[in-house]
Amino acid sequence: MNLLEIQNLKVHFPVPRGLFGRAREFVRAVDGVSLTIAPGETVGLVGESGCGKTTLGRAVIKLIEPTAGRIIFEGEDIARLKGAELRARRRRFQMIFQDPYGSLDPRLTVGDIIGEALDIHRLTPQPGARRQRIEALLKDVGLDWSQAERYPHEFSGGQRQRIGIARALAVEPRLIVCDEPVSALDVSVQAQIINLLQDLQHEHGIAYLFVAHDLAVVEHISRRILVMYLGRIVEAGPAKTVCRSPQHPYTQALLSAVPVVDPDSKRKRILLKGDVPSPIHPPAGCPFHPRCPVAEPRCQTETPPLRETQPGRWTACHLVKAENELRAETHRRDSLSP
Amino acid sequence: MSAAAALDRSGMSEKGAMRREALWRNRLVLAGSSLVLLLVLAAWLAPFGVKAKWLRNPIQQMSAGLDADGMPLPPGRQFLAGTDNFGRDVLSRVLHGTRVSLTVGVAAMLVATIIGVWIGMLAGYWGGKMDLLLMRFTEMNMTLPAILLAVALAGVMDGRVVHLHPAAWPWHGLDLQLKRGMVSLFLIIGLVCWPGMGRVIRGQVLAVKAREFVQASRALGASDTRLILRHILPNILPTVLVVAVMLTANAILLEAGLGYLGVGVPPPAPTWGSMLYEGQAYFISAPHLVMVPGAAIVLTVLAFNLLGQGLQEWFDPTRERRR
Amino acid sequence: MTGRFLFRLFWSALTLLGTALLTFLLVNVVPGDVARVIAGPKASPQVLEEIRQRYHLHEPLWKRAGYHFRQLAAGDLGHSFVTDQPVAEAIRARLPTTAALTVTAVVMWMLLAVPLGVSTAKYRGSWFDRSTLVLATLSLSLPAFWLARLLQYWLAYKLGWFPVAGFLGFAHLLLPAATLALLYVGYYARLIHAHMIEVLDSPYIRSARAQGTPERVVLFKHGLRNALIPVVTILGMDVAGLLGGVMFTENVFALPGIGTLAVQSVFNLDVPVIMGTVLFSAFLVVAANLVVDLLYRWIDPRLR
Repeated sequence: MNLLEIQNLKVHFPVPRGLFGRAREFVRAVDGVSLTIAPGETVGLVGESGCGKTTLGRAVIKLIEPTAGRIIFEGEDIARLKGAELRARRRRFQMIFQDPYGSLDPRLTVGDIIGEALDIHRLTPQPGARRQRIEALLKDVGLDWSQAERYPHEFSGGQRQRIGIARALAVEPRLIVCDEPVSALDVSVQAQIINLLQDLQHEHGIAYLFVAHDLAVVEHISRRILVMYLGRIVEAGPAKTVCRSPQHPYTQALLSAVPVVDPDSKRKRILLKGDVPSPIHPPAGCPFHPRCPVAEPRCQTETPPLRETQPGRWTACHLVKAENELRAETHRRDSLSP
Repeated sequence: MSAAAALDRSGMSEKGAMRREALWRNRLVLAGSSLVLLLVLAAWLAPFGVKAKWLRNPIQQMSAGLDADGMPLPPGRQFLAGTDNFGRDVLSRVLHGTRVSLTVGVAAMLVATIIGVWIGMLAGYWGGKMDLLLMRFTEMNMTLPAILLAVALAGVMDGRVVHLHPAAWPWHGLDLQLKRGMVSLFLIIGLVCWPGMGRVIRGQVLAVKAREFVQASRALGASDTRLILRHILPNILPTVLVVAVMLTANAILLEAGLGYLGVGVPPPAPTWGSMLYEGQAYFISAPHLVMVPGAAIVLTVLAFNLLGQGLQEWFDPTRERRR
Repeated sequence: MTGRFLFRLFWSALTLLGTALLTFLLVNVVPGDVARVIAGPKASPQVLEEIRQRYHLHEPLWKRAGYHFRQLAAGDLGHSFVTDQPVAEAIRARLPTTAALTVTAVVMWMLLAVPLGVSTAKYRGSWFDRSTLVLATLSLSLPAFWLARLLQYWLAYKLGWFPVAGFLGFAHLLLPAATLALLYVGYYARLIHAHMIEVLDSPYIRSARAQGTPERVVLFKHGLRNALIPVVTILGMDVAGLLGGVMFTENVFALPGIGTLAVQSVFNLDVPVIMGTVLFSAFLVVAANLVVDLLYRWIDPRLR
């Protein structure tokens, strides 16, 4: 059974306007997304900034109220849950934040930051157990008890991110949404944190929804990858396959932007024209057509559905038909380029 | 732990020590707090001074308190700050006035702070319609000039407010019948002063609420009460403190203004505002009747303003010292 | 732009209505004899009965509110209890004096505050900046009635540089305006200082300096113009606070303005006049806010 199943999730933010602040328009941050995550699996979610991936991540763990759709977590729809009922369920899914500086309360000691979850859910009622648990959690993330009495500002960015991870682990969640957990860190520290996350996954069997704009990181850690554009999933599939042979033109463009170490690489950089369109007025038809290098007339009117093009691979593009054709075409293009 | 990290940490704790040192070295805080301390001491000791006979009774008319023409005496050897038109010792009256000003000022500040923090918190935390409504209400209160609103309130409340303390209770250390007690006075001033606090707190709450650690706690399952009490309130406390100190200064100024207009603590209680009002008729012949209580007001208000200014710089050192 | 204007106008009207309701409730809902509140503790029984008749005090509250607001809508603020003069008329007659005083004062303190704010921001942290800060705090701490008396005594009575009191011409406005200017210059100097610092620290100022723009142009064209925008807003919102100072100053210098009217009404416990001045100043604040808001949009191209 799936740990998490999201069905047609929508998050629309009202744009306040008019005489009485009544909303007439909406930012369609997430516009009909479906996905599944199996227990202990890592799913990567990539896209440019502003594509709605952070909003989706936050809506999944109900930090943002979804406008429509279902969030089925461990067989129960939590999309409409509120108040104490929701708070009790929050133990099961957690989040690791992007900003290691803003995500820790500067007025609490590290011990209290990690211990807060224990206090909220009364996980360690026995005397002494709270301390032991915090000590164990600190050890899990490579810190030690002597640091529990210190304040966040005394730590480096990487250490802070470890504290944030320990906090999320405290409630023994089944799913952790990682919202760009390494993009604010130095490159040398990024690998350490990624490795820590993978170790913890093996140890505790936690599932990750890993949100990032960096495809290289996501490819490394994820089993499956979802590519998001303007509030929709445009391509989904196994990490290796999506990264080696992207089907959607948008994914191809994204991948071409990843720097390659091999100096003999023949890959050609695909430059996208223009900016991401406003999610208030998304373009008709395929949302990607104004920037698409291969767009056809029907892309302007018909919205391509997300179709299974191969077993386990899904793409939302009119031009993607069968895998063989596409592969042949890519091959030909590659061999023609100097 | 790596050497670099150890170095890093020692640097951090040094920063804490520097911060404490900066507080000590902040001359504004130093000047403001020592002045406030001095005033509190004067207020506290004044009644003991009367008992110990080294200070005269502030409401007793002295037999040698007026000159041959029945005019007040200027400052001199016998009366250090002179006497007033009733032959009362101005020094003793001014010192006792400190009690009224400080009690009313601080109590009014507390009232205003409680209302302001409450409303600002509600508006900032829940936002939406609640915010709109509360902020309109705050604006309405801000459109009314404080002093006139206080006067109107005082007129309305006159004699009708339940006195929280028995009238015979020696509030001043003197057995004074207070018709319009200080209780109604500080309530009035508090009710007039809160909107500024409310607006500042709302802005601060909005800023703190948007930070990720609040989201993180919410994701952990923290209740609204927990978020407010444990995360938001501690993070806005410096601002509350700074605004509260400056609010005290304003409350004292307002109390003096009300006393000057004759709607403060009624005579013969020694308040700086009423002393100024009574004394100004004799301004030409006896300027000390205006100068002395006025200087006391300025000194007190200045003390709180300096303290507030200093604290603000200490909490937010980047603002003033950055180059 | 017009939509925005209508929106603001609507809120201004609503704020004013709320304020009027607030003041009405203040007098009418508190427990006890409203007639006595209106007439003050000195009134005789006949007078009280007369007031009850005139203000429909025998009728229920909502009806009274109806009469009250119908009156207000017609611009009628009631009659003074002491002189029986219509309050609206009294205010109208005194408005020019107060307006002249206020404008003179604002010009005076802005002429002082702008150079002070700009130079202390330029040389921030210096000896000059720190002592200006202390002086500004002192200015913030002065009680209006005391400063007015003091200046009157020294500069008018002792030295004879200014007329002592009364209002015969512009010369009579100078000392009262100077009093007000001294009371507010500190606050505005610090306000301009704070906003100047914020602007001077911004990247566009740094790049202007890097391009070799003359410092005078950096400070006044790029710096001050941006720093003054929020200051103007606060100036507009501050009219209510200003009235407190105006009130005491006018009274000390015996200027026949709205402030003197207010102080006299307080001394006489003349509630209709007190309420009238409260409502009128509320109206001024709301109007000033509206004007400033529109001005703001005109000055600041980002909001246009």
